[in-house]
Amino acid sequence: MMTFALFLGCTIPARLNQYESSSRAILEKLGVGLVDIREFNCCGYPLRNIDFKVFILSSARNLALVEKKNLNVMTLCKCCYGSLKKADFLMKENASLKKEVNATLEKEGLKYEGRTEIKHLLSVLHKEIGIEAIKGKMAATFKRLKIATHYGCHALRPSQVVGFDNAVAPSLFDQLVEATGAESIDWPMKLECCGAPLWGINDKLSMDLTLKKLTDGKKSGADYVCAACPYCHIQFDKVQKMILSQRNVNHPLPSILYTQLLGLSLGIDRKALGLEMNEIPITGIEELLAKEKELAEQSESTEKTESNKE
Amino acid sequence: MFFKVSLYISLVIFILALIYKVSTWFRYKIGIGAEEIPTSTRFFSAIKGILSTLFSVKILTLLKVFVLDVLLQFRILREDFLRWIMHIFIYGGFMLLLLMHALDKYITVAIWKDYYSTLNPFMFLRDLFGALVIIGVLIAIYRRFILKVPRLFSNAMDIYAILIVAVIMLSGIFLEASKMVAYSDYKRMVDEYSGLSDPQELKSLEAYWVKEFGTVSPNLKGPFDEKILAKGKELHQSSCESCHAKPQWAFTGYGVAKIISPIGLSIDRAHLPSVLWYIHVLACFVGLAYLPFSKMFHIFSSSISLLANGVIGKEKLSPANRATLQAMELDACTHCGTCSLRCSVIMAFEEITNMNIFPSEKIASIQALASGKKLSPLELRHIQEGVYLCSNCYRCTVVCPVGINLQDLWFNVRETLLRKGYPEFLVLSPLSFYRGLMKEETVLRDYEKPLIQAREAIAATCDLMKKKDKVLPLTPTNRNLQSGLNLSAQAKTFSVCFGCQTCTTVCPVVGNYENPQEALGLLPHQIMHAAGLGLRDLAFGSNMLWDCLTCYQCQEQCPQGVHVTDVLYELKNLAVKQVREKTLQPVERK
Repeated sequence: MMTFALFLGCTIPARLNQYESSSRAILEKLGVGLVDIREFNCCGYPLRNIDFKVFILSSARNLALVEKKNLNVMTLCKCCYGSLKKADFLMKENASLKKEVNATLEKEGLKYEGRTEIKHLLSVLHKEIGIEAIKGKMAATFKRLKIATHYGCHALRPSQVVGFDNAVAPSLFDQLVEATGAESIDWPMKLECCGAPLWGINDKLSMDLTLKKLTDGKKSGADYVCAACPYCHIQFDKVQKMILSQRNVNHPLPSILYTQLLGLSLGIDRKALGLEMNEIPITGIEELLAKEKELAEQSESTEKTESNKE
Repeated sequence: MFFKVSLYISLVIFILALIYKVSTWFRYKIGIGAEEIPTSTRFFSAIKGILSTLFSVKILTLLKVFVLDVLLQFRILREDFLRWIMHIFIYGGFMLLLLMHALDKYITVAIWKDYYSTLNPFMFLRDLFGALVIIGVLIAIYRRFILKVPRLFSNAMDIYAILIVAVIMLSGIFLEASKMVAYSDYKRMVDEYSGLSDPQELKSLEAYWVKEFGTVSPNLKGPFDEKILAKGKELHQSSCESCHAKPQWAFTGYGVAKIISPIGLSIDRAHLPSVLWYIHVLACFVGLAYLPFSKMFHIFSSSISLLANGVIGKEKLSPANRATLQAMELDACTHCGTCSLRCSVIMAFEEITNMNIFPSEKIASIQALASGKKLSPLELRHIQEGVYLCSNCYRCTVVCPVGINLQDLWFNVRETLLRKGYPEFLVLSPLSFYRGLMKEETVLRDYEKPLIQAREAIAATCDLMKKKDKVLPLTPTNRNLQSGLNLSAQAKTFSVCFGCQTCTTVCPVVGNYENPQEALGLLPHQIMHAAGLGLRDLAFGSNMLWDCLTCYQCQEQCPQGVHVTDVLYELKNLAVKQVREKTLQPVERK
């Protein structure tokens, strides 16, 4: 069995429990083992603006903790992913930086050597498990569902560091979305930022960018925007709700976490998916799936009667 | 007489101090909203809250919390087994000693009519409970000073707490031991209880006690004749045994008695038993009188915190009760360090030497702040930085063994401090994400102000930005800027920029404005150029720097391989560092 150290970061346990529970549920179903390391700390992302060393040390400590357990690490957050990747990259490139970091880590008996592979949930699903294997476990698939797939900046760029997918024309996430039977639509602003990094720093600008992106998704025909990062999702969910009330917009584009979307197709218990925990309701998607099932059963039975007639 | 007088004095001090401490729960003002609520409102609103909880189904939750968390302390067990053993031993042993031994006249006698401190099981139990406390104290010393649990800081209060318990317990054990060896104590018991007068009989009994029970006699020394001992045993059985179990049952005292028996006579002559009695009793009374001011106050406050937070859960408190709860929680903190051990941002301390980064240390500072103590601007800035340097992950709240809602406390204190007007540069980082999310739930007065203040404080150091016609010298104005951009090798790449403006063209922030220069100052390619020319002021003073999304579009697209986003990151680091050092009293840095 594949096993990863699960790096939850700060935001998910505090503000997005449904992402954790749904991720654990789908990974269990797909046979991925998870190890929790209590000693993990913040990846350092929020402090990159303020102090480079704090960021590097924070990431390095987490990587050293994973190394100690001889595991690879999987993140659910794209910002955690980007930070860990960046720190890993810099320390591999710069021996004196690595030495300096290790001098600090040594106080706790930790050492970073660079043996850990850093993966995001989506790359694990795509590369380690594989689209076909996921399709093989589907309980039901969507047919008339249009999803605006949102990649998330810190997973895609800088491509030299993260190596997540082709940064200009990525397809990994689209394939994963389409595995559920949904259509991953083309939309001009697909690769743009969600706006979350500026939320709390420059709310007006952050709202402008988020609204622009969501309006574009809506205009391109999407039913839902789909993210696999807590910052992106909260921006599209809770912050979108705030934008709607502040700017008198009344056509939300609800956000669904990829793990919720996939979980529905895999037939995972709705409680684990936490569908009701999203701020902008997404429970309509369940009805959609129920209808699909009904239709599928009907056509199956008509097929049967037809073949019986023959 | 001495006993009664000192007991009443310490009891009066204790009660007055208790009233004073509890009154601070209603008087101390922490955080937003607390300033406007008068003490009386807080008091009555607390009473109302308590009564409505007691007369509702929540009483069941209270009972559950009382048994599991207050009595059995499951929250400590969940965290660390050794710590749980330590705490259960100290607290359990001490409580049982208090009830059975210290308050024996009131409690033990009332339950067991034939109670005698010298009879079993009481004699044995007293030593057993004492031994538990001693083991617990030893574990506490081991954890703090030998095992050195990470980020467990020992302050004067922690050491006092260990010390006072240790003095009470050790004086008790030594008192018991010295009485066992002291001849005068033996003599007193014989005179009072035995009713023997025949010198031969007295001698036999004494011989038996010297041989069997460690009494050190000035008259008799072994070895003794078998017959005498047999006679002594007989007398012991008839006159002593019914009220005095074998001293061996008091195993800690007996062990010590064996060790000190060579100097047994001098101990008796120096009246050590009564000296030790005074020490033991005084230590107990000092402990009692000082309890409300010491860490031991957590016996009350932590229990209340556990019960209160147990029923409050996630529901929203009225502002009055929230203020009271948070003032009370400051007393409930036992400085156990669990929050600091699990804190997400502790690595920051490696670079920014500010003890207030550690949650366990923030509490003491907040206590000073809440008590209205005059703090210097530097101290205030340190606390402000400490409470802002938090990723809001709630881990401290989840792990706190006494159930304090620490996250809410930080949030609250953060907002009060920001209003004092000292610029906080951390607001310009994604640490502010949570603040943005909370702005509707908690009505944040002056929400924008700290954000503007921080930017203004930085811009104020950029003289060049203030000049209308920016006449620039031809030579680089600030060579330090260029050499300062060296945190990661990548940022040096700004020098190869040839000004093609691709970065600016793809920047979603630039694209958001009709007149980007007006809103943002220098645009990304111009900032790269400014860095190349060493124009510190233009780079630092541009809004672009703080409005960067870090989406890496610019860096990805740059045909020259300039790490545009990384350069922006480093400029931000540099700006914060320089401005903090320049405009404010220096914050210590490694």
